[in-house]
Amino acid sequence: MTQEQTDWAAIANSPKFIELHRRKTTFLFSWWVVGSLSYFILLLAAACTPEIFRVKLVGNINCGYFFCLFQFLLGWGIAMFYAYKANKDFDRLTEEVIGEIEGGISL
Amino acid sequence: MRHLLILMTVFLSLAGTAFAAVPTTPSDSPATAATKNREVSAPVAASPAQSTPAAAQPKAAVPAPAPAKIKTNRLITVSMFLAIIAFTMGIVVWAARKTKTAADFYAAGGGITGMQNGWAIAGDYLSAATFLGITGLISIRGIDGFLYAVGPMVSFITILLIIAEPCRNAGKFTMGDILCYRSSPKLVRGAAAISTVAVSIFYLLAQLVGAGKLMQVLLDIPYQASIIGVGILIIVYVGFGGMKATTWVQIIKASLLMSCGVVFTALVLWKSGMNPLRFFADIVASPAVQDHVRGLLKHAAPEPGFDYGQRFLEPGLFLNNPLDQISLGIAWLLGAAGLPHILMRFFTVPTAKAARKSVIVAMFLIGFFFIMTTVLGFGAAIHITPQKISAIDKGGNMGVLMLAQQLGGGAGTIVGDLFLAFVCAVAFATILAVVAGLVLASSAAISHDVYVNIIKDGKATQREQVNVARAASLAVGIVAIWMGIAAEKQNIAHLVALAFAVAASSNFPVIMLSLFWKRFNTAGIVSGLVVGTVAAIGLVMVSPNMTYPKKVAADARKVVEPLEKKQADGVTLAEKELKALEKARADFAQNKNGTSIVGLDAPLFSLKNPGIISAPLGFLAAIIGCLAFRERRSEELFDELYVRQNTGYGMAKAQDH
Repeated sequence: MTQEQTDWAAIANSPKFIELHRRKTTFLFSWWVVGSLSYFILLLAAACTPEIFRVKLVGNINCGYFFCLFQFLLGWGIAMFYAYKANKDFDRLTEEVIGEIEGGISL
Repeated sequence: MRHLLILMTVFLSLAGTAFAAVPTTPSDSPATAATKNREVSAPVAASPAQSTPAAAQPKAAVPAPAPAKIKTNRLITVSMFLAIIAFTMGIVVWAARKTKTAADFYAAGGGITGMQNGWAIAGDYLSAATFLGITGLISIRGIDGFLYAVGPMVSFITILLIIAEPCRNAGKFTMGDILCYRSSPKLVRGAAAISTVAVSIFYLLAQLVGAGKLMQVLLDIPYQASIIGVGILIIVYVGFGGMKATTWVQIIKASLLMSCGVVFTALVLWKSGMNPLRFFADIVASPAVQDHVRGLLKHAAPEPGFDYGQRFLEPGLFLNNPLDQISLGIAWLLGAAGLPHILMRFFTVPTAKAARKSVIVAMFLIGFFFIMTTVLGFGAAIHITPQKISAIDKGGNMGVLMLAQQLGGGAGTIVGDLFLAFVCAVAFATILAVVAGLVLASSAAISHDVYVNIIKDGKATQREQVNVARAASLAVGIVAIWMGIAAEKQNIAHLVALAFAVAASSNFPVIMLSLFWKRFNTAGIVSGLVVGTVAAIGLVMVSPNMTYPKKVAADARKVVEPLEKKQADGVTLAEKELKALEKARADFAQNKNGTSIVGLDAPLFSLKNPGIISAPLGFLAAIIGCLAFRERRSEELFDELYVRQNTGYGMAKAQDH
């Protein structure tokens, strides 16, 4: 491995890297919390407020079915949004950081 | 030589089928067949379905002349199984030629694309429990089955956002690789290997026992022969083809499963005029469903004005302990992200970007599949009726099989048999694909972590590494066959829940803290893994999942007493009742003084799922362990790991040569 001489601390403290990891972490954890909270709300609502689940929305299909379906849509939505965001911002920033590491400018 | 071996194994694994092809003994009286079938709740091991009191059947409200058995057309079914075996063996021969280095064996040389890996993840994750179990659950418990299916989807939010890319960037072949990056390698690798093998074996055993029982019911292949047959196939897939063959078996299985779902969903909807609104109206209007719901609610006579059909679409017919639900939810949310065989899939793609793409592809496939299961499950409820489904199997596992046969025209028709054979073949492929992934993950932990890095200090030639990996998969396969046979009569319902709970309480906390917390170190990893595993296993051992003989005895007594009273009143019992009485008496005598495996009369812990306690315990133990022993080296190495896991720098290059 040739990277043994790399000054990892310097990279970790470089403004580019700090920006990358701050933006990524905020994005990832907040959406993770949104996704999981909504799941636990679904479970609790099914157990504690079944009357909401009973409300018929379209024909015989009730809120409960739509809430479950919504969880799937939310999952896909988060996935698509993350893919978009990562392709647009994170990957570009990552490449810049790697460029700095390879160019040795980070020191 | 290799071809010869493969030929031999194909032959051997088919021997079981041939055995069973001998005209089945007519001694299978309807009664024994029925009891045999009732044991098939195994595939749904993930769901606590079986442990709920037997779906209270509405008393003869609907005369259910349910045949106690599904009749498969053996010729068609066996040829479909053979086609799958032949096709996958072709892949193994091709993959074996390309498997030369350790990277080839464990990670398919990093040469799987994001799209392929996405299909493989779906193939790895959608087990027979999800395919047969969730459709069955929906068909007899209504919307609660769908609510249950949301959990496995939520798992992927964690995998996508937290686990996939960092693991791809920081790991190599196994979970141990990620964990030992900045800690004392031998100790951590040992602990990680034990945890990997434990989780995989629990999961594997549940799949294998389910597989054996499924084959027994569908093809009349003896239980032991099917376990040995499946085991040998898996050893060949993994041992010769390594990750490449495993991946392609999983991809094929996922595409079979998806096409199966699409075809039957379309057929079910077509029966309702391709109109979802009419489909739901059909469920509500079905007299059988209405009667079934009345039975579930234990209403002796229909209450006026109560819409029993609509009640099937409302929650609470199956899931009724919110705390247990939350606990299971935690296991779904964190557990899947700590399953070694899922983690391992991310090492097969070349970049973090491909890892991301593969999770997204998998999420769409899995989500789409679960939405289709609602149509299949409700369709089975409309067209087969919940009564007939639960008459064959209490957990409803046969629902989708019966539906397929019915959609094709019913038993005995060519299309009906063809459809049924197709679904059976999909179930078979599912079992093969999932078990192959599990065997690969455990043999990687044994050969890569234990042998190469602990015993040989990482100094082993490529050739040696591959040979050891092959030997390890042979060993794991043999152990799995042995345990599968030994577990035939055991209560294995808790095993999948246990695998998820251990993964959520030990693997997930330490992976996450290693990747994101600077101070995390060896002591933290080891204490997190140990406490998480012990807590999860311990809580399950004292939970209602285990068999409590005193409770069995009490239940038997409930059967005995009214029947004896009836006899005392001078009523002659029907033959069926006499049999029930005899069986209940035997059960009572056998169980009245027994205790559970750990010597308890009744469960100490009231939840079936330990996640809500064991996951926080795992995290806590990891944090305390880490704070108690400070380790400068692991803090210094954090910058390197952190830069690498965020950028993938260094790793992508290591793959190139």
